[in-house]
Amino acid sequence: MENFSNFLTMREELSLVVLIVFLLLYDLIAGKRGMRYFQPVAIGLLALHTLITLIPRAEVSAFGGMYTHLPMAGVVKSILNLATLIIFLQAKELFSSSKQRQRRGEYYFLTLVTLLGMYFMVSSGHFLLFFIGLEMASIPLSTLVAMDRRCKKSAEAGAKYILLAAFSSGILLFGISYLYGTTGTLYFADMPPLISANALQIMGFVFFSAGLFFKLSFVPFHLWAGDVYEGAPTNVTSYLSVVSKGAAAFALVVLLFKVFGNLIVQWQGILYAIIILTITVGNLFAIRQDNMKRFLAFSSISQAGYIALGMMGGTALGMNMLVYYLFVYLFSNLAAFGVVISIENKTGKLNISDYNGLYSTNPKLSIVMMLAMFSLGGIPPFAGFFSKFFIFSAAVEQGFYVLVLIAALNTVISLYYYLKVVKAMFLNHSDNPIPTLRTEGYNRVSLVLCTVGILVTGIVSLFVESISAFGFGVQ
Amino acid sequence: MGEIIVNTAGAIPLTAYLIVGLIMFFAGIYGFFARKNLIMILISVELVLNAVDINFAAFNRYLFPDQMEGMFYALFVIAIAACETAVAIAIIINVYRKFGNTEVDNIQQMKE
Repeated sequence: MENFSNFLTMREELSLVVLIVFLLLYDLIAGKRGMRYFQPVAIGLLALHTLITLIPRAEVSAFGGMYTHLPMAGVVKSILNLATLIIFLQAKELFSSSKQRQRRGEYYFLTLVTLLGMYFMVSSGHFLLFFIGLEMASIPLSTLVAMDRRCKKSAEAGAKYILLAAFSSGILLFGISYLYGTTGTLYFADMPPLISANALQIMGFVFFSAGLFFKLSFVPFHLWAGDVYEGAPTNVTSYLSVVSKGAAAFALVVLLFKVFGNLIVQWQGILYAIIILTITVGNLFAIRQDNMKRFLAFSSISQAGYIALGMMGGTALGMNMLVYYLFVYLFSNLAAFGVVISIENKTGKLNISDYNGLYSTNPKLSIVMMLAMFSLGGIPPFAGFFSKFFIFSAAVEQGFYVLVLIAALNTVISLYYYLKVVKAMFLNHSDNPIPTLRTEGYNRVSLVLCTVGILVTGIVSLFVESISAFGFGVQ
Repeated sequence: MGEIIVNTAGAIPLTAYLIVGLIMFFAGIYGFFARKNLIMILISVELVLNAVDINFAAFNRYLFPDQMEGMFYALFVIAIAACETAVAIAIIINVYRKFGNTEVDNIQQMKE
């Protein structure tokens, strides 16, 4: 037990810590010339680190059960890495002004620290490590949201995010305190047999899950999302909507399955209502948006509802499909954000009405955006169709016919606003469309990666099969 | 840790601590929604986190006095709440520089 070799079981975390420290020192030591290579170095090292996390390994637990590595968590960590890698590729023009450029190192450093927090959150075996991971993920994120010093909106969004993050973790902790009072333990492994669904435990669970639902922006708890997503720098918005959401969703599903298995009747009831609300309200609000970032924010709220469909059944299939959904969602959403970032940086335009006639001037960008919208909307043969189909079938298998029917109807509603963007680009005419622009080199690589992901991950069954090897149901 | 507290006539029962915690928690939630100043909202959040500390310490002392898990959890909550406050204050100062005050009603750059 009292042996430092325990640290070696945290392979992914160790490798990420080495990466973070290296980049921090690089930022400190490198002069102006050295900083020019900062982004390629960060991307290359993160790619290397992703390869390390990809090597599968068996379930281990360290520090007396405080840290547990599940094989599925390894898959999720790789997915988060891939998303962060794509976001780093898109980050170059975040620092277009020279004053911003001096703070380039901070962006990468803070982003990777939040990623480390998500790692801890995903593979914790104790509520303490879970909480520390959660805070490690949300406190630096709030500074990232407030990073754009020139912009009033960014400051406002940062204040909203940090206050809501603190408030939601307060609610979450209050729930944990009741769970501790009724069971006497905080280890994930020891708690399940002691949970007997008495009133205080249900109350504790409701507070706990409400805190997590805030992070996931499920519907009664979603009010911060629109403002924060709009105000944050666009790169950070894409990080919030893909990586942060994905990690919280997986942490929630692990907790529901591993710790709260005895409360399955209660949490299915809660999730049932939350899923319907999240998908419907997210969709209805997305219809009215004209700002592209706000539009994608509400679209990602409704996507979170679909992600939660995977948790409903409490089966291994549901968990597999949830992770697969995250994997596909990463490519679709980041493709859309890549195009938005490219256009915003060159012209400063962010509204859907500005995109009128985009196809006549920028055909390639329009096609990438179209693929992203088709995939988010779930049109075959793109990957988004398969992920939605699988997640529906996982829920139908457990008999949630009405729920799946409502979700499927909402897919039709969502097609309306996704296609609205496509219509603006291809059919609408504009007297002064966005001029032909040249996307920055790294961003172009990211768009190619995302396009390949959208086209390939659905049709090639390798991905869904290799994810399916690791899931587990309610224990 | 000390011996198990038997609820004799003079001792304060566990429920008393829990009720104090509960009142603090909901006072914090009320403040979070009702206050119009960012600093006051932050103080309300701190109230919520302190209610959690009371709960953990009371549960640990009364129900599980032979181990220290709850106490340590409370310590970690205090430490992390301090980090959160530091960052929040920094961000609120940033807001103050941009907007000239910290009243919620004036900080509305984004509509809806």
